[in-house]
Amino acid sequence: MNIVLCIKQVPATTKVDLDPEKGTLKRQGVETAVNPHDLYAMEAALSLRDKVGGKVTVITMGPPQAEDALREILAYGADDAILVTDRAFAGADTWATAVTLAATIKKLPSVDIIICGKQAIDGDTAQVGPELAELLNIPHVCYVSKIIFDTNKRFCIERLTEFGHETVDVISPCLITVSKEIGEYRVQSLRSKLGSKTIDIPQMNCSDIGLDATQVGLDGSFTQVKKVFPPPKRDTGRMLSGRPEDIVDELLKELKIMGVSTSCSN
Amino acid sequence: MEYFFTDTQKTIQELAYSIAVERVKPWRARLDEEERFPYELMKIFAHSDLFGITIPEEYGGLGMTGFDSVIAVEQIARVCIGFATTYSACSLGAYPILLYGSHEIKKKYLPDIAKGVRYAAFALTEPNAGSDVAGIQTTAVRDGDCYVLNGTKQWITNGGDADIYTVIAITNREKGPRGASAFVVEKGDPGFRFGKKEKKLGIRSSSTRELIFNNCRIPADRLINREGMGFIIAMKTFDKSRPGVGALGLGLSQGALDVACQFARQRKQFGQPIMSFQAIQHMLADMATEIEASRALIYAVAKFVDSDNHKDISKEVAMVKIFPTDTAMRVTTNAVQILGGHGYMRDYPVEKMMRDAKILQIYEGTNQIQRNIIGQALNKEYAKNKENFI
Repeated sequence: MNIVLCIKQVPATTKVDLDPEKGTLKRQGVETAVNPHDLYAMEAALSLRDKVGGKVTVITMGPPQAEDALREILAYGADDAILVTDRAFAGADTWATAVTLAATIKKLPSVDIIICGKQAIDGDTAQVGPELAELLNIPHVCYVSKIIFDTNKRFCIERLTEFGHETVDVISPCLITVSKEIGEYRVQSLRSKLGSKTIDIPQMNCSDIGLDATQVGLDGSFTQVKKVFPPPKRDTGRMLSGRPEDIVDELLKELKIMGVSTSCSN
Repeated sequence: MEYFFTDTQKTIQELAYSIAVERVKPWRARLDEEERFPYELMKIFAHSDLFGITIPEEYGGLGMTGFDSVIAVEQIARVCIGFATTYSACSLGAYPILLYGSHEIKKKYLPDIAKGVRYAAFALTEPNAGSDVAGIQTTAVRDGDCYVLNGTKQWITNGGDADIYTVIAITNREKGPRGASAFVVEKGDPGFRFGKKEKKLGIRSSSTRELIFNNCRIPADRLINREGMGFIIAMKTFDKSRPGVGALGLGLSQGALDVACQFARQRKQFGQPIMSFQAIQHMLADMATEIEASRALIYAVAKFVDSDNHKDISKEVAMVKIFPTDTAMRVTTNAVQILGGHGYMRDYPVEKMMRDAKILQIYEGTNQIQRNIIGQALNKEYAKNKENFI
């Protein structure tokens, strides 16, 4: 079975500066990590491969240093990796990212299942997975918590909803986005980690995947960020202490001063 | 201190420590409290390949050196030697097969041990034979295509939870030590059962049980090497495993120093961190110095053991067992002292470390027996040396 795992390299810290002009994160010089949700997607991919055979190809779109994230996943046991990188990809929104990934995946030999994390912790949109499936014209299932493979090119999949679990059947090729309920991911293996340091990671650029610069990156994005700003700082609150009766009196008095109606209808 | 590790060794060090911190640390106190065998952690570790460091590639391992495995043990032991003992006992159980087994017996057992899907244990100690190895009572009698084992092994690490046991038994009592042989016994063999689980002072997540052989019948091809090799196999196994026992002490000491230093920098008395008091600094300085000396000794002896460029290394492997483990007892005791009341409480990891440390001076040959070995070796060395030093 050919499994494609899509991952994203994200800042490893919440202390990231914003580029006020482009409205994007300043990623240079910031410590990075593999998006935590993608590690659960990785576990789903690797355990599916361990069960039915085949290989896991991990891909990411990103700057050259995103190669580190790919090597990180190879150290867990993925079979090979592709880095999709080009200056033209910079500033991509979820749509342009999905267009890029779709064009890349179309270049790969037949893919049976594409696995993504449910969302990335930097943008938190959860859009790229479903958009990618739409662009490839294949079915997708989001927030997957369990995969049962059926030999007849079908996956029986359990997904989380707001109200509980839903079990769906989906025909391959398909795309799933995985939630952490799939179960704890494995540890890196010494053999894979040693191999991951030297393995050659092929790179694909914009022309390799058959797109032109207007379809990708900032130019290919439907959304343009107008302005980025931190939320206004809230004033610090005041803690009231003492007997409950006194606290209530004090609170009512304060609310009256602030002009908040304190009358009770019943 | 820089020991000039290769990239591979740095990778082993990094991987073992990160897995220990991420996966073992959150569970160590609970496993200790509940005295529970760490099945879940062993399954997680199976993915890491760390069970197969010294097992040749031909048998599914990584074919690396004993020194490489010492690096891994040290890092795991920094976090929990209850778990590290369980892990190390698997390679102790595998060594007799690895060192003296035929190709067939290696092919049968080593790949599963390397993959971490079956756990191993080594069984020598008996109710009347610990330090006095020659006192072994368990017998193995040839009967057609089988051997029949009778007797009891005591305090066997991983006993009951391991699947593969390498057992030393007497095949010919008249020959003394030359009458012992080594066998592989599998969990589930007829006539093989386990005694009750022991309740211990420390390393409580590791399991310790009696092995009871009552007309236990095993195929004759489970004999490792040939009859009469049991004592030699046991001694050579210990030669290989002792740097690893030292590494358990080293890792434990380092883990205790890590906690003590961090605590001493945070804890304030008389308006300043207790780290600024000379009384504390001197304790920490002694701890750090002895730890570094342990490390240098272990790495040097581990390389010497790997070199196979030696006839008798009993003196060096005795030293590598004594020094780091005595150090671990002192360091963990002082770590508790530095943490004071906090250290005595189970909220902090050092009381467990101190309880865990004690076994290191006892198992795998008590530190007193090790000193006998060093004394005898010195006596032999100087009997041969005719130079006048006086």
